[in-house]
Amino acid sequence: MLSSARWWLALALLATPAWAEGDAARGRAIVTTRQKGLCLLCHSGPFPEERFQGNLAPSLAGAGRRWDAAALRARLTDSQGLNPDSIMPSYGVANSLRDVAPAFRGKPILTEAEIEDVVAFLLTLTADE
Amino acid sequence: MKWLLLLVSVAAAEPRSGALDMSRELQAMQADDSANPGMLWVQEGEALFHRAEGRAQKACADCHAGLAGVATRYPAWDEATAAPIDLAGRIQQCRAERQQAAPLARESEPLLALAAFVTRQSRGLPLAPPEDPRLAPALARGEALFRQRRGQLNLSCAQCHEERAGLRLGSALIPEGQANGYPQYRLEWQALGSLQRRLRNCMVGVRATAPAFGAAEYTEIELFLARRGAGLAVEAPAVRP
Ligand code: HEC
Ligand code: HEC
Repeated sequence: MLSSARWWLALALLATPAWAEGDAARGRAIVTTRQKGLCLLCHSGPFPEERFQGNLAPSLAGAGRRWDAAALRARLTDSQGLNPDSIMPSYGVANSLRDVAPAFRGKPILTEAEIEDVVAFLLTLTADE
Repeated sequence: MKWLLLLVSVAAAEPRSGALDMSRELQAMQADDSANPGMLWVQEGEALFHRAEGRAQKACADCHAGLAGVATRYPAWDEATAAPIDLAGRIQQCRAERQQAAPLARESEPLLALAAFVTRQSRGLPLAPPEDPRLAPALARGEALFRQRRGQLNLSCAQCHEERAGLRLGSALIPEGQANGYPQYRLEWQALGSLQRRLRNCMVGVRATAPAFGAAEYTEIELFLARRGAGLAVEAPAVRP
């Protein structure tokens, strides 16, 4: 029989997400690296040093005020699960794609840890700029 | 009333050449034969066109006086193979069967040069894809390929070139993806390249497999591009960034 204190502790552990804390600095590097995150192909954002930001998607400025971590994580992991017509890639999904080039086959664009880094960074983007 | 307006706006939507969205400098380079690097290939193609080749020791010019307007009608139906054929494919075929000469590989310099020389003779003429019912199944496959999401980025040609033409993908202005300027000199390539090379670039860009040069899929896509671009003036050899 668990004591009530241990029961509460177990519950708290279960409720804690399995995701490690993301690192916002690493997340920023992913977002602004065109071969990695590819985000700025479509999005603009508060990155004055980055020339040539795309305009296919809303600005990332203020994303951390509009969305919480869970919503950002869901969007990044499977944007097309939220909206099948979205052009934003489902960064955490590797199956159900067709004709993927061999070098990328079976791999998601970003790992779970990288997605956590990006989420941590996006949460810092609270100003509307 | 609304549907009427819709009809009018659809009818008004004319295909738009990618050249219109380039810098003035590049437009001028394309328009001026003495500045357009693609003209080097046209000249090389002209020389090849007049050179006797192969066991037949015949030149293209022995059979063809001029080929003005021909490029506007490709891809076309090929009786011999009972399949659509693109212009480069037709040149390869003439070379192998009529000249009985060593085959020219896709994307080889002589084939690009001959295609550029032939296509140049249609410059300014409107794309006029043939109304051949035998092309219909391949045309439909081409349209399906155009609308199919693919690659690790899971994007279709249509999502960029139909739905987002005129917007910016990073630094690149997304053109309508018209095929009226090929073969084309691309500064990024530092060379003349075919439409198939361009299509491969877009496929590789979305991290998809690209069929080998000469694959039927490219001709199918080209059939669809010719249909949606019908009426556009041929600009080959075009210049692009
Ligand atoms: C190919 C285009 C594309 C790429 C690449 C892309 N996105 Fe998006 N993103 C979109 C579009 C379009 C939307 C708008 C919602 C929709 O259509 O799904 C969006 C929505 C979002 C939103 C919600 C915006 C808001 O405030 O409403 C966030 C946050 C986001 N993207 C972050 C990212 C990050 C971070 C990356 C890179 C790791 C990225 N996106 C890469 C196209 C893209
Ligand atoms: C993610 C966006 C995207 C997708 C998907 C895409 N393209 Fe493109 N395409 C471009 C951009 C941007 C250019 C402009 C060239 C450049 O600067 O890279 C281009 C150029 C072209 C051109 C040359 C147009 C000209 O004026 O010379 C053609 C033709 C073309 N694309 C066809 C296709 C086809 C067919 C597909 C699908 C197999 C496709 N594209 C998929 C973005 C895309």
